[in-house]
Amino acid sequence: MMDAKLKQESPPDPARKNAMGLLARATLGELDAAWEALADKPEVHPVRGPETGLVMVRGRIGGAGDPFNLGEATVSRATIRLSTGEIGHGQLLGTDKERARLAAIFDALSQRDGNRAEVEALLGRVAERLSKEERRKAEETAATRVDFFTMVRGDD
Amino acid sequence: MYVAVKGGEAAIANAHRLLADRRRGDRNLPSITIDQVVEQLGLAVDRVMAEASLYDRALAALAVRQARGDMIEAIFILRAYRTTLPRFGYSEPVDTASMKVERRVSATYKDLPGGQLLGPTFDYTHRLLDPSLIADETVEEPAVKEPGEHVMRVSDILDGEGLIEGDGQMPEGHVMGDLTREPMEFPMARDLRLQALARGDEGFLLALAYSTQRGYGRTHPFVGEVRIGEVEVELDLPELGFAVSLGTVRVTECQMVNQFMGSAKQPPQFTRGYGLVFGQSERKAMSMSLVDRALRTDEFSEDIVAPAQDQEFVISHADNVQATGFVEHLKLPHYVDFQAELDLVRRMRRDYEAANSGETPKEQREAAE
Repeated sequence: MMDAKLKQESPPDPARKNAMGLLARATLGELDAAWEALADKPEVHPVRGPETGLVMVRGRIGGAGDPFNLGEATVSRATIRLSTGEIGHGQLLGTDKERARLAAIFDALSQRDGNRAEVEALLGRVAERLSKEERRKAEETAATRVDFFTMVRGDD
Repeated sequence: MYVAVKGGEAAIANAHRLLADRRRGDRNLPSITIDQVVEQLGLAVDRVMAEASLYDRALAALAVRQARGDMIEAIFILRAYRTTLPRFGYSEPVDTASMKVERRVSATYKDLPGGQLLGPTFDYTHRLLDPSLIADETVEEPAVKEPGEHVMRVSDILDGEGLIEGDGQMPEGHVMGDLTREPMEFPMARDLRLQALARGDEGFLLALAYSTQRGYGRTHPFVGEVRIGEVEVELDLPELGFAVSLGTVRVTECQMVNQFMGSAKQPPQFTRGYGLVFGQSERKAMSMSLVDRALRTDEFSEDIVAPAQDQEFVISHADNVQATGFVEHLKLPHYVDFQAELDLVRRMRRDYEAANSGETPKEQREAAE
């Protein structure tokens, strides 16, 4: 458990970890549009996949105790290599292999100085959409919070 | 004499063709789409995902539609589908404390950090049929309010005082088991039991949980909290040496707080049962936590006096895919078995009649089954 905590607190490459998390949530439309907008598209060679498989999702006993297997989830993943040498990995929940392939391409592009701006723009759009959706949900939930008030009983 | 019989092929093909027709129903009505099932029958989709033990809303919706709304059939189809896919690995354990909470209620504390968040609940509705849904009237947008503070775990509040047992720890050196990889063996460790319960039949677990409340293995439970919301699923990528997020899944978690135990070595404290289920299903999560607690007899040296405490009974019968397979196989041809039984009963009848008519009875033979 200590190991897992330490790993989570200090990933070797927090920027890339964050970017991959956003790419996993990018819609096919967002990824497609960003790919189409690229001025000069590098050649992309498949290394692995795209393929769909399963990941066993684990929970923790009591919420924070030892792990147990909760059940599986579908995951699609791809690994690609750009003609300029960068390797990219894409992995996300669901069966959409094209999204996984495009996520891998943008993971590779994020390692190239020449494409940093385009990748940042895509990540910015995804992050903004997610934060809006999250904000909206949190506000809707907050509106269902119970505000208790106490009836005064008169004897005090 | 055994005579092989064939001839069902044409009937089977036509039966399946008829099934497809009945599934589609009246062609003058539009066909329902997968998106519609996901959006408007979301809790059916959630149940199928939980009991198929496969999180994928689109595939679960497809299964519901293919099964004509028969939940166990849909669960069976999705469970079968999962066997066609390779396993990429195990996720990092999900962190329910940092869940994006959509509902959280506690029956033990009125005022607690994060508050009582009712969310989209059936509670407090009058359970009256709503004719406005027939007319498909416009539905109001949800109300909104400024979100409050972090939704603290109730078990952490009690834990601060040392009045509750900690989150579950397995014995030193225990290797986490996986039901999908190893055959079931009893006694079964708690991590494996939780995996079995998480995909167990909601109705079966509900009935067992209810039985504990009615006195068959009483545990004196309080709902510490039930929370529903999305949690991140992270997978370690060996290529990179760190875990990355794959997206989020919605889960329901129940922390059941049960009557205290104490011993000469340990001061009295509350014990706990835990429930964690894919999707939005607090009935299932609550039932799971009650059954989890009831099954922990070995940890608390409790006598096994009720069905819900008997792990072999509970775990062996919780899986509705296995259960339906064995029950429903009875309708398949048993012609030869039955002929053998019929023959046996005829012989026994002859012997019985002979005995009652005053003749010397022939050698009695016991029924084989």
